[in-house]
Parts: sequence; structure tokens; C-alpha cells
Amino acid sequence: MTAAVFFGCTFIAFGPAIALFLFTIAREPLRVIFLIAGAFFWLVSLLLSSLVWFISVQISNKESAAQQKGLLIFGVVLSVLLQETFRFAYYKLLKKANEGLLTLSQEETMPISIRQLAYVSGLGFGFMSGAFSVVNILADSAGPGTVGIHGDSQHYFLSSAFMTMAIILLHMFWGVVFFDACEKQRWWAVGAVVISHLLVSCLTFQNPEYVASLVPTYVILFLMGVWAFYSAGGSLRNLKLCLTCKDKDLLLANHRPR
Amino acid sequence: MSTLPVVFSAFQTRKMDLLSNKWIINLIFCLFFTGISCNSVENKIYVHLNYSIPCVRLLNATHQIGCQSSLSGDVGVLHVLESEANLDWVLQNGPNPPYMVILDSTLFTRSVMMKLKTGSSRVAGVVVVAPSSNPAEGFSPHTTCPNENSGVYSESYDPALAHCNVTKWNPLGNGLSYEEYDFPMFSLKDDNDTQAIKQCYYDHNHVVNGSSPRYPLCAMQLYSHMSAVTDTATCMRRNGINFSLNPETVCDPLGDFNVLASTRPLNYTDKGHKTGESVVIAAARLDSRSFFFDIAPGAESAASGFVTLLAAAHALRNATQDAQPNRTILYAFFQGETFDYIGSSRLVYDMDNKQFPLDLDNVHSVVEIGQVGLHGESKLWVHTDPVSRRNSSVNEEVEKLIRNLNSSALNLSLSLQEPSFSQPLPPSSFQRFLRARPIPGVVIQNHNSSFTNRYYESMYDNAEYLNMSYPPNLTPEEQLEYVTDAAKALTEVATIVARALYTQAGGSDPIQLKNINADSQMVTQMLYGFLVKSNNSWFQQMVPSDFAIHLRDRPTNFYVGVTQQHSEPTLLVQYLLANLTGTTVNITQDNCQNQREDEDDKESKHIYSYMWVQGAAPPNSTERVAFCVRSTVRLSKALSPAFDLEEYTSKDYSTWTESRWKSIKGRIFLVASHELEMLTLGVGVAVLIASLMLTYIISSKADILFSSGREPTAATY
Repeated sequence: MTAAVFFGCTFIAFGPAIALFLFTIAREPLRVIFLIAGAFFWLVSLLLSSLVWFISVQISNKESAAQQKGLLIFGVVLSVLLQETFRFAYYKLLKKANEGLLTLSQEETMPISIRQLAYVSGLGFGFMSGAFSVVNILADSAGPGTVGIHGDSQHYFLSSAFMTMAIILLHMFWGVVFFDACEKQRWWAVGAVVISHLLVSCLTFQNPEYVASLVPTYVILFLMGVWAFYSAGGSLRNLKLCLTCKDKDLLLANHRPR
Repeated sequence: MSTLPVVFSAFQTRKMDLLSNKWIINLIFCLFFTGISCNSVENKIYVHLNYSIPCVRLLNATHQIGCQSSLSGDVGVLHVLESEANLDWVLQNGPNPPYMVILDSTLFTRSVMMKLKTGSSRVAGVVVVAPSSNPAEGFSPHTTCPNENSGVYSESYDPALAHCNVTKWNPLGNGLSYEEYDFPMFSLKDDNDTQAIKQCYYDHNHVVNGSSPRYPLCAMQLYSHMSAVTDTATCMRRNGINFSLNPETVCDPLGDFNVLASTRPLNYTDKGHKTGESVVIAAARLDSRSFFFDIAPGAESAASGFVTLLAAAHALRNATQDAQPNRTILYAFFQGETFDYIGSSRLVYDMDNKQFPLDLDNVHSVVEIGQVGLHGESKLWVHTDPVSRRNSSVNEEVEKLIRNLNSSALNLSLSLQEPSFSQPLPPSSFQRFLRARPIPGVVIQNHNSSFTNRYYESMYDNAEYLNMSYPPNLTPEEQLEYVTDAAKALTEVATIVARALYTQAGGSDPIQLKNINADSQMVTQMLYGFLVKSNNSWFQQMVPSDFAIHLRDRPTNFYVGVTQQHSEPTLLVQYLLANLTGTTVNITQDNCQNQREDEDDKESKHIYSYMWVQGAAPPNSTERVAFCVRSTVRLSKALSPAFDLEEYTSKDYSTWTESRWKSIKGRIFLVASHELEMLTLGVGVAVLIASLMLTYIISSKADILFSSGREPTAATY
């Protein structure tokens, strides 16, 4: 539409991700490296799934709308499964790399814990996924026109931006839960992550009923956020401590340098 | 550790990778070309205009005319203008300026356009919907006095006759083509796309009972940014500035080539005065224009004249080949006459400056064929210049010429008459000859005083106006051969002109005179080719094969265009004139295309021109039988002398230039309200700030929040 819409949608889509990057990742070079590697792994999974999609579209019958819709569903499911497979592959790679880093480094402790790696890799997946979801939409939002001349809904840009924000945060939560489940060999949790990813992706088939796709997505986001909080070591007691500002006593008691 | 086996195995795997890579790349390439449909966001937002003709900017020594858009296109809310009173909505009352006004052709008048021009801060652009049939009351965007300052009638020649004081030649002219507009103007055809645009207006923008329309509104963006500004001197100066490695040209002079042919060959290396040569010039104009760019059907203003002259030249072929009359006849087809006589001023300049094998002293008289389309009447008018006729010798020659014309019209259904009162010449190329010397001459027109052409230099001056009506259900081939009433009338005119030229050139054999007859079949084929479809079998026979692919399935466009681009009518007239006045010679293709009769011939190329034309296919085969045509047809450059002399503010010569542009396009889309846009920005900024604060808080308390389940000796949090 104009520059106002462009910046508004960019901030909505990437606001939380930028904030997270600025405050938690930007200062630590190791975290930046693993973030970018995670983004790359997501990119490779997208490349493979798009190759399969491309070939299958060329083979298919372009005239039949039902076949194209079926092909789209197949493409989405395949892409989700490939993304999760690459998440698992990245986990395996990081485990190996951590051992290697430990033997190489002169310190006794690991430079980066697997929990931090989970968070960083999830965020990396989220960044790249968000970029591919929304950047071409943002580019067209900078022009003078808005969606609607063929009868589509006017709120296309806004709902795409909100969906992208949800997806980025979801990828981060999924990363945390996934890695934690792999560490503890809880395969049902891994399955739950995959199923919730599939669910969110399939909810987008409700578009252009944006309410029907966005509201359940945000519900799932909240639930996954709570689960990730618990997986990362949070608890209700810690939360209460923080909120009532009793943490200072705890700090003094443990003599931890900040 | 031996490196050799490692290298060897790496080489093998690389070879395999190469093979598999090649296979994958080939597969991808094959699939790529089977076609991919692009379902991008842009298709959801914009609908591009397929057919759009802009109005472009032209500049001369003092002014710029035409339209200009801003560099990134002009966006305006659509408004279909219902009546002239409805202009108040656009100019004052409408709540969502600027507006993009859609006009039907009935509202494309001077008063509406002048009001839009004055209110141009609220007008983003104008779109004119061209009707499918001509408006009955006439429309001419040209001025009332065409080529006012570049003809012969000026204050010094005769102040009483200057500036159309005696006769307004184009009374219906509203001068719209010569105004300057701040906004882009496009023309659309009245088809499904335009209906879709109007439907978008009725769905979203239409106002009922004075309430303001609700967002989102339908809007249009037009791009037609012109690079040149102010006037010709400024833009030619800017052409020469070298800011970077690629200097950017901002404007180009208008011009093309004149087509000339003579009954006796002229040696083009022997320039200047030719002693003993006395030439009768038979002139016609080749070009026309309209308000919009590259649309110039020019049926009556141009085609009627030069088609008649082509037919007359063909009728005179036998008479001038067997027993040549005393004087040579020079057939001249001038380009660029609409824009202050570019072609004729150049020829006169060349003749005056020894750049042409003839001199103005060699010119005996001039016969010019102007607008001669007849709409049922049977009278033609012979216009002469009263000022030069004050000289008795000139007057005598003019009267002889008129007598020749009248005697040529005996036994034919047309009659020629002089206007009853003393009147200056209408706008014609002959005026430029008079500026140099008082030469006897006449201009043949179909009007007594003002033009009868109601659509002078407009997009409606087309085949429909000339009454070229064909019976229904004819194939294109049959239409090509069918002799229309317009063709019959023009054939008569051509016969009269041919006979008069024969007599004027000194021919005295009455049997020859009686045998000079124009061919109506040829006239109707020419009219069809120029005004209906140039890609027809007759034209295909007469052009070389590399030009044949440029023939189009639509009428010829007679706009003169910039010098660098050859315009289609010039080349078509060149090939037609060569075929109609030349002879077939039996020489090889190689010799023909090298302008020589045989290997040793070095002289013929100065006198004759040779063309290898496609020819027709004989009835039993599909291969065309090509042949060589030898004729005296030449192209002479029609670029205004002002550009050679670099006098860009010249008052004597045409200084018209056309601006250059980068892209011309348009698209329609919906626009959202300003409030919604600001709301989106506000929400975005709020989300960003909230997430920044939240993240800061969480990361500062991270120790505490994520402390459970962690070993005490674990990592650095």
C-alpha cells in the first residue's frame, strides 16, 4: 500500500524476532554462528521440498483444480515433514559438534549448552521461515495498491504479518521442545511437535477466513510457549519469584556474578 | 599418507557428480520451459492495462506541448465523468483527490479539458475512451490555422493574409493537441478491459445521493514520464552533456525521408543548377497526426492526396516513356508536413544550397494535390496564391496551368473551379516554395474556403470517413479487389491530374493524352492497403522480402516519428512508386541489390535505383518469382535544416522534436484509507516496542526463570 503499511507489517512480523536477536544472541558470536547454521538447514529443507513440489506440479494435470489442491496439501505436508527431519539432523550434527568443541577447547565446561543451542537453532529456523513467508508480500505492500481488486480480503498484509510472527515464535518453541525431547529420549514429545507443526500449517488452508486460521494458531503458540518454558527449565515458582521481585535475595544467596 | 588414491577417488566422484549434475540441470531446463504459472501477490493487487496509447511531449523552439506524468507514475482515484457539470466533483467537492478522470469521447472537448487543466492539482490523469465509430459533429484537435507561422503568409509577405485573417482553414479545430498538460493522458479502446475498469468504478467509487464513497476505492496509476522539458534548444543542449560514460539523449528531432521520382533520370552526383532543365513538381504530403502518440489514420488529410498522385504517376508511365515531353515531371511526396513543413522546407533548402541535382530556377511550376477525398460532390477547387499572381508573368503561367487542368477534366464527371474570391493558399507544401521564389503553381483541394474535413488531424480521419464501405461478407482478398465509390472518385481526380501534368510538361500528342487513364483497380488496392490492412497480397508482391515481415494487419500509421525510425508509409510509398513508374529489368539478384546492371557498371547507381522485390507466386506453385525493378525513385532526407544548422530557436524552419521516455504503462488497483495505513504502522511500532521491552526483562531475569533442572556446574547463563 505505502511505506506505512510496509514498515508496520515488517515490525509486526519480525518485531519479536529482532528483539530476541538483539538482546540474547547478538553479543555472543557462537550463538550467531549457530543461528545462521540453523537458518541454512531450514533453507536446505525448503529447497528439497520445493524440488519435489516443482516436479510433481509439472507432471500433474494443470487444468484440474481438485488435483492442484490435493497437490498443495501434499506439498505442505511434505515440507513440514522435511523441516522436522532437518531439525533432527541439525540436532545430531550439534551433538557431534559439541563433543568436538569440548575436546578442542581448553576450558572444562562446554562453551554452549544444548538448551541454548535448542533456542538458537529454533530461532534460526524461525527467521528463515519467516523471511520466506513474508518478504515477497512486504515487497508488494510498498506499492500504492492494496489487495482486493479481484475480491480478496483487504486484510491480507496484516494477517500475513501476524501469521509470520506466530510462525517465528513457534519455530523457536518447537526447537526448544524438540531438542529437549531428543535429549531425554521422549519420542512422543517429538511426535507432538511434528503434529502441532502440521496442524498450524494445515490451519492456513482456512485462509482467507483469517480469524479461523489466526486464532487457533495463537492458541497453539501460547500452549507451545508454556511447554517450552517448562522444558527450558522454567517453573511456576521461578515465575512467581520474578514477578514479586524476590529474585534479588536469591542472587545474593547464591553469589552468582551477573 | 598417500595423496594419489585420494585424488583419484575425488576425481571419480567429481566425474560422477558432473554427470548427475548435468542430468539434473537438463531435467530442470526441460521442465522450466513447459511453462510455470506465476501466482504472485502482485496479481492479487494490480490489473495491468493491455492496450494503452499515451499522449507524449513534443517540443519546438518556444513551447512544449503534450502530457507529462511524474517519474514514479501518477496515482488517482477513478472517476467516470458523466457530464460537464460532474466536473465539480473532480475539481471541488470530491473528498478523495487526486482523481483519475475517465472521459467518453463526447466529453473530450476544449471546455472540459481546459477546466481539468486549471484544476490539475486535483487531477492525476485523464483517460479517454475512444469510440468505435466517428462522432457525427466532427472533432479536430489541431489548431484553427495549421502551420500558421511556417507558411508563406507572414507580415512581410502580405499582412492582410497572415494568420488566417481571410479564411479560418480548420474552423472545427479546438487546439487541444497544442496545449501543455501536467498530467498523463491515455487513450483506451472501448472493449472488455475498459468495461472492467468502469465496473470497478461502479462497484467501489460510485457515489449515490451525495454521500462520500467508502474505502477501499478503485484507483489507477499511469506512467508516461517524458525526459525533455521547456523547448527544443534546452533539450538539444541536454543531449550533448556528458555526465557519464553513456550520455543520455532526452529528445530526438522529428523527420524521415521524402520520396522523389522523376520521369527523366537525374544524376544525383551532379548537384546544383542544371542548365536547360525545366521541371514540373507534382507534390503531395505523406503524414498526419492525432492527439495521441502513433495514431494517425490520416485518410483524407494525407492518403487521399498521395494515393491520387501515385495513381497519376502510374497513368503517366507509358506516356512519359515512349515520347518524352519537354519538361521533366518530378513526383515529390513530402514527409513531416504536419509539423511546420519539415520535408518541403528541407527540399527547398537543399535546392537553394546546391545539395540537390536541381535548383529553384529549374522549377517551372508546382501542382500540389491536397485533401481530395470526395463525399458525393463532383467539384474540385483549385487554389492559387494571390500575392505571386500580382506579377503578370507568373499570373500568365498560373492561368495556363488552370486551363490545362480544366481541359483535362473534359468528358469526365468532375469539374474544377477556382474559389470565387481572392483567398490565400491553404496549408500546403507549395507555400515553402513560394517563400523562396514566386513560382507559378496550384493546390487542388476538395474545399472552397474552409476545410470540409471535419476530422482534420484526428484519430477519426479514417477509412470510415472516406466512405470506403465494402459489402458485407467479403474475404480480405475480395475486399482488396472491390472498387469502392471513394476509389472511383479518386481515380477520376488522378486522371485529371495526370493529363494536366502531361500537358504542363509540354506533351502535345492528343492520342497519348486520351490514353492517359488512372486505374481504379489500383486505386482501390492502394486505399485498402493504406487505410484498412497493409498486409495484403498486392503489397506483398511489390516489396522486398525483408520489408514484407513488417507489414501489419491494421491501417498504416502516418505519424512522421523521429528521424532515426523509418516510418512505414515512406517505405511503402517508395516501393509502390518504384513498381508503378519503373520497369522490370532482367538482371541477377546480386547485381540488382548492388545497384548495377552488370559487374562493370559503375554509373547506373547515380541515376537509377534498383529494387529486388518479392513478386507473386504463379498459380501452380507457392514459390514467389522475384524480380528486379529499375526506377528513378530516391529517398531524400527530410530533417529540418534547423538541426543541421544547429539553430534550435529558428523561426524560419521547423524545430519540432519528440521527447524520449523510459516506460509507458498503466495499472488499476484498490487503495486503502489513510487511517488504516497509519493504524497498521502504529500496531507494528507497538509490537516492536512491546517485544523489545519484554525481551529485555526476560533476558535480564533469565537466570532465575530458567534455573530449575540445571546442574550447578553447568554452562554460562
